[in-house]
Amino acid sequence: MHRSPIGGALSVATTFNRFRNRFLDRLQDPQLRRMAFFLMAIGAGIVPLMAGSAKAALTKMPTDGADTLLMLVGSALVLLMTPGLAFFYGGFTRAKNVLNCMMMSFFLMGLIGVLWVVIGYSLAFGTGFKSPFIGGLEFMWLNGVGGQLGDAPLADGFALSSTSFALFQGMFAIITPALISGALVERVSFKAWFWFCLIWSLLVYSPMAKMVWGGGFIGPFGSIGAIDFAGGTVVHIASGVAALVGAAIIGPRTTWPDSKRPPHNVPFILLGAGLLWFGWFGFNGASMFAAKTAGYPFLTTSTAASAGLLTWCLIEWFKDGKPTAVGAATGAVAGLVGITPAAGFVYMGPSILIGVLTAAACFIAVQVKAAIQFDDSLDTFMVHGVGGTTGALLTGILASKALVPADYFPLSAKIMEESGNFGLFIAQLKAVIFSYGFVALGTAVILWILGALMPLRVSAEDEERGLDYVAHGEEAYDPMTN
Amino acid sequence: MKMITAMVRPSKVDAIKTALVALDIIGMTVTDSRGFGRQKGQVERYRGTEFTVEFLPKARIEVVVPSAKVEAAVAAITEAARTGEIGDGKIFVSPVESVIRIRTGETGEVSL
Repeated sequence: MHRSPIGGALSVATTFNRFRNRFLDRLQDPQLRRMAFFLMAIGAGIVPLMAGSAKAALTKMPTDGADTLLMLVGSALVLLMTPGLAFFYGGFTRAKNVLNCMMMSFFLMGLIGVLWVVIGYSLAFGTGFKSPFIGGLEFMWLNGVGGQLGDAPLADGFALSSTSFALFQGMFAIITPALISGALVERVSFKAWFWFCLIWSLLVYSPMAKMVWGGGFIGPFGSIGAIDFAGGTVVHIASGVAALVGAAIIGPRTTWPDSKRPPHNVPFILLGAGLLWFGWFGFNGASMFAAKTAGYPFLTTSTAASAGLLTWCLIEWFKDGKPTAVGAATGAVAGLVGITPAAGFVYMGPSILIGVLTAAACFIAVQVKAAIQFDDSLDTFMVHGVGGTTGALLTGILASKALVPADYFPLSAKIMEESGNFGLFIAQLKAVIFSYGFVALGTAVILWILGALMPLRVSAEDEERGLDYVAHGEEAYDPMTN
Repeated sequence: MKMITAMVRPSKVDAIKTALVALDIIGMTVTDSRGFGRQKGQVERYRGTEFTVEFLPKARIEVVVPSAKVEAAVAAITEAARTGEIGDGKIFVSPVESVIRIRTGETGEVSL
């Protein structure tokens, strides 16, 4: 950044540092920051995701059609990930439980879809409570979001409409609890699942989104200054840790581990992984919020998935002699999870490295799980928790300065300026640890309270009978159809 | 009349059918089934976890033939189903008391 004149290097450096520190201190002045927030709140009616800065360098932009369209298309893509996930998970279960497993995801397109516009969005991206941990109530029913025609821009420095942003974020809110279901399938009561998702979404997901993306505690406007491009902490660590805690509290399937069964439909798993990959272009790519610069997150998303798929298969090939279809699907998803927090912050090389390392980490985690015989049934923590953690930490190490502009990520850019990628790595580590603690505690409390009010799992007889019939009165495959 | 029940490799069903039809034996029932004998199943791996799948896919062919044709039919099935490897299957022969064709009510060998 600075060019020191030749000679007297030491004193120049000292002077530089003094100036820089004073400058940076000024940037961190809470008074200034509060004022910038206030201005933005007036300008856009929302203290936005990653927007604004103490430098107040972001200017008001008119709403852009291309950026808004990116968000709308992105929303549709992310929506498709939830039925994709249902197929991905559904393929792993026994045939008698596949509908229940798929409903645990699919149903949330109804439940969270409504909950999000009624109150979830407001709790995540409102400012009414003036808290770095939770939003407010002013945007309930998306009241006032985007103005009368819904075309008002999100915030200064952003040209996407507020309404497209609210929809896009809603799709994330739907899939995150759906991911948790993987750890709990084939035993959890659907009624308990209904209440768990409703409460968890409001008390754990919305606060996480606020803290990371809504100008809150963890993010670049808060106290930790960690960066999370598309949900390494909010989506993957949150769902992974909740899955781990949920599986620990609810306990293993009665058939585990003595009479476990192989997946009932491997083609479903491949179909689901393909849909997830497709939808992930929206998940990561559209998280750039700007059509012109969305090329990199689209690219890194795909390269990391490719690298993850390849890595998992090659490990299997060397270790067990055969690359498997389930491994290809799992490796691709691991790579996608890993790149999620990094997608817009890294270039090609690091994106491939992230895909490789995340897939390797998840592979090891899955083997460990099998060895200790813990019934996280479909490896939700092992893929999303471990993958999200790996990705979040690697983001700190591999993020490129040019892709973390100070206008949009003031604290994170400051950390990188002062102590480089190592500093950012420490911030990421703090964010990971904080997220683990918050989500684990929140999930445990919700499950303990729910468990006191209703049985969390079905009876052993119902488990034996199969949850498709017990919970829904249906069966996926009728042998007598003809 | 005898009932021939053959548990065979699914991939051999077509060859067996052709061989039986060549003997003028028409009408048989084929069922997808699973089982194991000395083969004792196979090991499958999903996400690195090993599953021993005891029951392997088999086809169960049921065909009822006049007593005079039993030997020829068994020989034809044996020849068509054999690979020489473990897992070729088994053939059971058992007596059949009577047979009725539902459409016409005919009984006896004529209704086979």
